[in-house]
Amino acid sequence: MNLFEIIRFAFRGLSINKLRTSLTTMGIMIGVMSVIVLIAVGNGSSKAVQDSLDRLGTNSIQIRSGGGFVGGGGIQGARSRGRSSTSKPLTILDAVALVDKVNAPSIKQAAPIANATATCVNGTSTSTPSTFSGTWPSYFEAANSRIAKGTYFTNDDVTQARRVAVIGNTTATELFGSENPIGQVVRCGGIPFTIIGTTEVKGSTGFQDGDSIFLAPITAVQNSITGFVPLSSIIVEAKNSKVTDLAQAEITTILNTRHGIKAGGTADYQLFNQASLLTTSASSSKVFTVLLGAVAAISLLVGGIGITNIMLVTVVERTREIGIRKAIGAPKRIILAQFLIEATILSLVGGLMGVIGGFVGSHFMIVGVQPVIVPSSVFLAFGVSILIGVFFGSYPASRAASLRPIEALRHE
Amino acid sequence: MPDLVIDVRNAVKQYGVGAASIFALDDVSLQISPGEYVAIMGPSGSGKSTLMNIMGALDNMTSGKYFLDGIEISAMDENSLSIVRGRKIGFIFQSFNLIPRTSALANVELPLAYQGIKSAERKLRATKALEVVGLADRMSHEPTELSGGQQQRVAVARALATRPALLLADEPTGALDSKSTHDLLDLFDQINEAGRTVIVITHEHDVAMRAKRTIRMRDGKIISDELNSGKVA
Repeated sequence: MNLFEIIRFAFRGLSINKLRTSLTTMGIMIGVMSVIVLIAVGNGSSKAVQDSLDRLGTNSIQIRSGGGFVGGGGIQGARSRGRSSTSKPLTILDAVALVDKVNAPSIKQAAPIANATATCVNGTSTSTPSTFSGTWPSYFEAANSRIAKGTYFTNDDVTQARRVAVIGNTTATELFGSENPIGQVVRCGGIPFTIIGTTEVKGSTGFQDGDSIFLAPITAVQNSITGFVPLSSIIVEAKNSKVTDLAQAEITTILNTRHGIKAGGTADYQLFNQASLLTTSASSSKVFTVLLGAVAAISLLVGGIGITNIMLVTVVERTREIGIRKAIGAPKRIILAQFLIEATILSLVGGLMGVIGGFVGSHFMIVGVQPVIVPSSVFLAFGVSILIGVFFGSYPASRAASLRPIEALRHE
Repeated sequence: MPDLVIDVRNAVKQYGVGAASIFALDDVSLQISPGEYVAIMGPSGSGKSTLMNIMGALDNMTSGKYFLDGIEISAMDENSLSIVRGRKIGFIFQSFNLIPRTSALANVELPLAYQGIKSAERKLRATKALEVVGLADRMSHEPTELSGGQQQRVAVARALATRPALLLADEPTGALDSKSTHDLLDLFDQINEAGRTVIVITHEHDVAMRAKRTIRMRDGKIISDELNSGKVA
C-alpha cells in the first residue's frame, strides 16, 4: 500500500465528517490568524512611533523658559525683574550665543521662536493656526520642516522684517481650499502677510496637528503682532543625532553663564529633546506589543487545546473503525499513517488559511493602527499549530492502533 | 494444501488471577479440515466467542498453541497478525462492522487495499464479490442506505474478496429477520460448496443445523462434536 493511497484514505476520512473537519480547521485558522494580526498591530503601533520620531528629527533640542512667570513688555536682551524671581527670559541674543563654533562645537544652528495667537483671514475663509511663530530661516532645518511649494524666507527677510510667511498644509487648505496659496495675501491679526511657501505634510504627532502652522520672520511677527516680548523658545539643531547629549551640555554651559546660574543652582530654562520623549513612548509601545503577543499566545494555546480535544474525540469515536480496519488486515503503521496524515492536512490547511487571514487582516487599520506583520510571528504561529495538530492527532491514534483488534471492536 | 485449516491445541484463556480467575477457555483442542462447514454452538458465556476471537487472531490466549493453515499464530507479533488476518481470514460480525459513510464497493475494496493490490484489480475483484452476494446494483450505496440483510451481504463480499482460507462468522444472523437469515445461510451453503471452509458461531439451532458439523460448548469446554444427520462431512 503506497503513500498516495494512504493520503487518499486520509482525505476520505476527513470528508466523512465535514462539519468536524471544518470546525477543527477553523479553530486552527483563528488561532494562527489572531497571533499574526495581534502581533502585527503591536508592531505597527511601535513602527508609527518610530516614524514620527524619524519625521521630527532626532537631533533637535528645544529650549523653553522654565523660570516660572516672566514679566511681559521686556525688550530684547532686557533683564526681567519679575517679582521675587531672578529668572531671565530667553532672548534672541541667547540664540545668537548658542551658535558658537568654539564653545559649542556640537551645535549646528539655533533659531529663536516667538509664538503668537492670531486668526488669519482670506476673504470669508479663516484659520487659526495652532502654531503661529516668528522665527529665523534656520528653523526649517532645525525642526526638520521642508518646503513643498514656494521658498523659505531668508535672512534678508528677517533683517527687513518683511511680512512674508510659510504655511502648513492644514492652514493652506483652510484659507485657500484647493487654490495655490503662493503669492496670496492673508490678514493675520489685521496685518497682511504674503504667502511664499508651504511645508511638506508632517501629519499629526500626538495632540498637535503638525500641519496647522504659520511661520514668518521673527522681526515681522514681533513688530506687528506680539511686540517685543521674550522668546517662547529656541530650537537648536545638533550636528547629528549622536552628539545630541553633547549639544545639550553645551547649551547648559552657555545659558548658565549668560543667565548667571551658579553650579548647583536651578536653571531658569528647560531643555526638551523630542527624541528622548519618543524613545520613551517607543519602549512603552514595545510593552504593548509584548502584551498583545501574550494575549495572542494564549489564544493560540486555547486554540491548541481545542484542536487536541477534537482530535481526541475523533479518535475515540473511531476506535471501533480502527478495530474493523485491523480485523480486515490493516497493519498498525498504515492506520497510524492515515491518522497522522489526516491531522497534518487539518493543521496545514488551517494554518495556511490562518496565515492568509492574518495577511488579509493586517491590511486593515485596527483601532487606528496600521498593522505591520512580523515574519517570525507567522512562522511561530504556523509551526506551533502544526505541531499541536500533528502531535495530538497522532498520539491518541497510536494508542488506538496499538489495541488488540478485539478490544477496539468492543468499543462502542 | 495443509491437512488442517484450524488446529487449536490445549487452548486456555484465563481472565483475572488467583481465586477470582475465570476460564473462558479451559483446555480446548479443535481441528478443522479444509472445506468443512462447522457450527459452534453454546449459551452465552460458554466460551464460543472467545474461541472465535482466538481462531480469528483477534485475541491472544493465555496458553496453548494455534496453527492456522499450517502457520503458528500463537507465536506471532501484532504486525504479522494483521497480515494473516487480511490474507487468511474473512470475518463476518453480528453488527456487520462496515466502515460508516463509505460506499459498499469501497468497503469491499478496503482489505484488498491493505494487501497492496492495485486500484484497477481491486475494483474488479470487489465488483465480482458484490455480484456473488447479489448486490451488483447497490455498490455505490453507503451502509445506512442498505437493509440489515444487504449490509451483512456486503460484509460477506468483503470477507470473500481476499479469497481467504477460512470464513469466520460470529452470530451472523443475530441482527437479521428470518428472510434475510434464510438468504444469508443459502449464501453460506454456496460458499461452502465452492470449497471454502466456513465456521459459524451461533446460538440458534436452525442456523447450526445448516452446517455439516456441530460443536457444542459449555463453561469453556467442548461438550460434543458431531456430524449433522443427513449431511456429508
